[in-house]
Amino acid sequence: MSKIILSAAIRGAHKIAFRVENKYSEVLKKHGPDQEIAFPNTGYFLPIIYSMLGIPVKTLGDCQLVFQKARKLLPPLVKENHHLPYLAPGLDAGMASLFYQEIEEAIRYLEQPDFYLTGEDTTDDNIWLGAANDIILRKRGVEFVDGRAPGFAAIVGAAPDRETAKKIAEELQLKNLYVFMASNDSGTSFSEQLVDAGVQIGWNTRLVSFGPDISAAVFALGFATRAAMAFGGVKPGDFRKNLIYNKDRIFAFVMAMGFVTDEWYATAAGCINFGFPVIADTPIPEVLPTGICTYEHVVSNVPHDQMVSKAIEVRGLKVAVTEVPIPVAYGPAFEGERVRGDDIYFECGGGRTQMVEFSVLKEMNEVEDGKIEVLGTDIPDIKPGTKLPFAIYVELAGRQMQEDFLPILERQIHHLINYAQGLMHIGQRDISWIRLAKQAVEKGFTFADIGKILHAMFHKDFGAIVDKVQVTLTTDEARVTEILKEARDTFKKRDARIADLSDEAEGTYYSCTLCQSFAPSHVCVVTPERTGLCGAYNWLDCKAAFEINPTGPNQPIEKGEVLDERLGKWTGVNEFVRQASRGKVENVSAYSIMTDPMTSCGCFECIAAFLDKCNGIMTVDRDFRGDSTPCGMKFTTLAGSAGGGGVTPGFVGHSKHYIGSKKFIKAEGGIKRLVWMPKALKEELKEKINQRGSETGVENLADMIADETIGMTQEEILPFLKEKKHPALEMEPMV
Amino acid sequence: MAKKASEDKILTSCGGTQQMIDLARKEGIPTVFDRAATMKPCPIGAEGSCCKNCGMGPCRVPPSKKEGEPAKVGLCGATAETISARNFALMVAAGSAAHSDHGRGVAEVFLLAAKGEIPGYGIKDEQKLIQLGLDFDLDVENMEMKELAIKVGELCVGQFGKQEGELVFVKRAPLKRQELWRKNNMVPRGIDREVVELMHRTHMGVDQDYKNITTQAARAALADGWGGAMIATELQDIMFGTPVPTTGYINLGVLEKDKVNIIVHGHEPLLSEMIVVACQDPEMHALAKEKGADGINLAGMCCTANEILMRHGIPIAGNFLQQELAIMTGVLDAMVVDVQCIMQAIQKTSESYHTEVITTSPKAKMEGAKHIQFEEHDPVNTAKQIVKAAIENYTNRKGKVNIPKVKEEMVVGFSHETINYLLGGTFRASYKPLNDNIIGGRIRGIAGVVGCNNARDVDDEVHLTLIRELIKNDVIVLTTGCVAMACGKAGLLVPEASKYCGTGLAEVCETVGIPPILHMGACVDNSRILIAATAVVKEGGLGDDISDLPAAGAAPAWMSEKAIAIGHYFVASGVYTLFGTTFPTTGSKKYTDYLFKDLEEEWGGKWDFEPDPLKMAKKMIDHIDKKRKALGIDKARERVLMDMEMRRELDAV
Repeated sequence: MSKIILSAAIRGAHKIAFRVENKYSEVLKKHGPDQEIAFPNTGYFLPIIYSMLGIPVKTLGDCQLVFQKARKLLPPLVKENHHLPYLAPGLDAGMASLFYQEIEEAIRYLEQPDFYLTGEDTTDDNIWLGAANDIILRKRGVEFVDGRAPGFAAIVGAAPDRETAKKIAEELQLKNLYVFMASNDSGTSFSEQLVDAGVQIGWNTRLVSFGPDISAAVFALGFATRAAMAFGGVKPGDFRKNLIYNKDRIFAFVMAMGFVTDEWYATAAGCINFGFPVIADTPIPEVLPTGICTYEHVVSNVPHDQMVSKAIEVRGLKVAVTEVPIPVAYGPAFEGERVRGDDIYFECGGGRTQMVEFSVLKEMNEVEDGKIEVLGTDIPDIKPGTKLPFAIYVELAGRQMQEDFLPILERQIHHLINYAQGLMHIGQRDISWIRLAKQAVEKGFTFADIGKILHAMFHKDFGAIVDKVQVTLTTDEARVTEILKEARDTFKKRDARIADLSDEAEGTYYSCTLCQSFAPSHVCVVTPERTGLCGAYNWLDCKAAFEINPTGPNQPIEKGEVLDERLGKWTGVNEFVRQASRGKVENVSAYSIMTDPMTSCGCFECIAAFLDKCNGIMTVDRDFRGDSTPCGMKFTTLAGSAGGGGVTPGFVGHSKHYIGSKKFIKAEGGIKRLVWMPKALKEELKEKINQRGSETGVENLADMIADETIGMTQEEILPFLKEKKHPALEMEPMV
Repeated sequence: MAKKASEDKILTSCGGTQQMIDLARKEGIPTVFDRAATMKPCPIGAEGSCCKNCGMGPCRVPPSKKEGEPAKVGLCGATAETISARNFALMVAAGSAAHSDHGRGVAEVFLLAAKGEIPGYGIKDEQKLIQLGLDFDLDVENMEMKELAIKVGELCVGQFGKQEGELVFVKRAPLKRQELWRKNNMVPRGIDREVVELMHRTHMGVDQDYKNITTQAARAALADGWGGAMIATELQDIMFGTPVPTTGYINLGVLEKDKVNIIVHGHEPLLSEMIVVACQDPEMHALAKEKGADGINLAGMCCTANEILMRHGIPIAGNFLQQELAIMTGVLDAMVVDVQCIMQAIQKTSESYHTEVITTSPKAKMEGAKHIQFEEHDPVNTAKQIVKAAIENYTNRKGKVNIPKVKEEMVVGFSHETINYLLGGTFRASYKPLNDNIIGGRIRGIAGVVGCNNARDVDDEVHLTLIRELIKNDVIVLTTGCVAMACGKAGLLVPEASKYCGTGLAEVCETVGIPPILHMGACVDNSRILIAATAVVKEGGLGDDISDLPAAGAAPAWMSEKAIAIGHYFVASGVYTLFGTTFPTTGSKKYTDYLFKDLEEEWGGKWDFEPDPLKMAKKMIDHIDKKRKALGIDKARERVLMDMEMRRELDAV
């Protein structure tokens, strides 16, 4: 019965409006209209309000305009008999209540600055994470874009008990979904139940405890609206596009657990605007006809053991679940889980012991598929807290397998074994590091399970090229040293091979349209000397991906005739991009920031921008937290103006690695144009920068590049550049 | 001496009407119901077989009774199909002229209002004005509202006298429909031109190819639906506001004994809008008090009623066949009329009571009635003068008061824009949920049930039987005109009426909170149905032309020439359109077959005739099912679960 639900939603919206407007007048009296309010570190202001109304709320005074709009959206209560239509007014009321609650949360940030944490992790005395900043948004957003996280569940309220909460959370994690939690049921919250049940929560395990009140649901929706703006290129104020984008691409749903109050109904009505349906565990009325959501709008009275599967069905989502025959839960949601302190049962690598992971290509008859061998001491034989040397040695064979693909598969080892609950993996090659938790050992996890994971997952993900997988796991020091030696020799050869690859020598480049799920007009052109802008896919990765999935998002591009060598323009590339961008992008230059630069989806590691007064460019990575950069915008604002699949001359998204490439904005003079970058990024890439500088005749280039300690405006850094005789100043004008 | 209608025959399904018929009989006052019983329709004229287009006739060419007998032709040799087609075309021409002249009147007043020359009128819906500006390819971003309104007004007036090119609203139709019109020479060039040409062609000895006549009739009809009538609706919305959901009461019971009662009857809202204002004037209220009345009660009748109901919630006293009856309540102090569907009988009836019949249009005077001309430069004062006349007449009341205690509440105001909003709210407004539920099968299809009341049928009955049957079968009904009022009187225009629906439609109505029958306005507002149908096509998933939609139209008890024009523009727009009661071409089988069968091939829409409302419903539902099958939505829809690859395939919004 839609009438009961929407009548309640409208009532709830009025209650919320009353509460927030009262609170607002108090706060306004105390601080005045010029008092700044904001969510932490975001370029999207109060994101729901910004995305829907186009109003950038920066001060308390700015809220007035929002209130005016919200009041207009608040309909009269629904009459009992001969009532007027209520669906549309109810949806409007829902949206208004989101605007109000977003302001309410902004006021909380002002009044109780320590109420929410600022990072990705909870602490012992605070579990409330509050609004995701733009760093989290982009980092996690990439997972939504490439499908590692197919959507999110917004849980409001609490399960009947903590065991049920734990079960539901784990089921959602196994389906790779993020879980965004808000509100409470009679004082108990789902987040607290998880903590009580010993579940690790936080962004790293995808169990995000936003806040204890229903108003914290705006953080989930704010994440969704920002995804549309950051990755989908939807402009602020273009509410329609944003909401349709969410309905079509962000597979989210609400799980209402416990007594549904009028305020919950109001918030749920807000969610339905986004196409996010509600699945409830209580016998509230249902709304089954389709239209605003893809399928049903409200489905109720669902038993707890069916809630997750019902929710996924109602949302119309297909989730590929990975079945691996190991005794612990397995899935991307467990990738970011930490193993610390007393929880550590076994540890190797990470400077404590020697560890190496290495793969080799063998003939078909040399590999026994599925053979997993453990040499040396195994888990059952060791005491808690043991540290041992360790090697993972993978022997692969396949008719389509090539030497070039080995590093790609090898790099997968990191996240593949990290997906196992209770296992933490960091690094790769000979600098990898593993920690195994007691909880995993208690469930019966042994080293052989690492082999089982790799065997199963290599077959699943790389079945097109890999026919046989054999894994050896060893803690035997002599054997580890032996493998290490062979590995290091091979790594050297591989690095040399990569360094030898050049754009000129290869006739085929690769596309990456993985992000078209979120940015439909964006096309990455990946060349041997230019990786994808997210940093995750290089030319070899794409080549292998194409072998694995010939109809997938990585397609070969025959580069064709050279149109302009300096800019990096080829007939074949243009043709491909035109077609793959659905006609949105006509021409693309691989090496230029000024002329037809490549589009950006939104998940770039860095973004470079033209600085007119310095006759050069700056670049900033997404980890930089400064409030601005010399181009006048901070990373998030920059990303907002250049992301979303549009061509924006003067700006280009790129990977960190690309800064060290010979083709880095080659058309404008290359790395010698780089005049500003964050200090941390400069330190990270110092060696590369100096090497490239030296190759182009400039020694110690890194020292000539300004950073935030020198200045945050062009005027501030210019004297430094002059003093250091930065080469950009002497180069021909960029425009 | 005229005979009385037989007393035991059921004449109406409206309680208010029945009480008044009984009263009329008791008092010996003749009504349309009695005249219908005593005077049969001319059988030759009814089937369209009489040609009186020249002085050699009238020629009668009814079908031959005996087999083998040669078909009759007129003196000039005109065949039955030519004569039938010409008579049909003449009705289209008259109907189109009527609506379009209404539209012209609105456009002229709009232009004067835009120039600021009429006090009282202004721009209420700026959004719609901008939309019209865009339709006319104006640079709306760089124009002031006033400048835009003047330009739009001039261009709208220009549509009537245009000689070349295409009417501007033609391009609002689905692209495929536009192509079909162009291919078949059906695109109207100018509104007046098409009517004039049609009347030229029906002149003695001009167009003697029934198909060719029918095509030009379509051109004239489209000049109404996508021209004159659409201009009327759009400009009325801009000036007086686009209707939004509101409630109001209907039936003779809305008249109040102790108040001055004024009924505005006819079709144009120009004057009635001002009468609404004048009735709220304190000066008028003081005058009413002075005369001993307890205030002023304004009510509407016929389509004027629909106009002011939709925009102000003003009650409706009744539909077409209740105009004489309202006078017989004894409390009607003025019956203010403008144009169309005003029976001359009201003047005669008013002579037995105190009611003042006031004509207001220079185009429509009536012998014996008081004439207070609507001065378009000073509508406020005209309105006041009229209200004053009514108040002054209050003291002339004589005889008994007979107000039937019958009235029903209605939820109305479903303009195209409102439906669009209601289906998704401010942020997600679209026809998507409608299309989605049609595709999913909760809604089987859409029916437009419109038109008049016809005294040859049981009053209101055919409409209601048809509509009840349609909603029972999950067909959502869009309605206008007198049919809408019949529904209102029967208590069907409230959300609670969803209890009469099939489960699928009921569920959708409950979700949105709407009645299963949506009152979209006056008969001139049938253009709203065209726009709604086009919006459904454009939303996607249901074909790419109006003729692809699982939809049908009906005028079960039509009587006016406007109804024929409306029917013809619906057929020419691709709609299967059924008329009841009688059909004006049945004298020629060949021509009737052309309208009922062959046209579908050419235009995608066709005419049909079915007097039995249940059979009519079946034909409409069968047609809807045929279209569902063609669209491949006759089977249960599969739930598609999306993975990432499918998401990447999605086009950008």
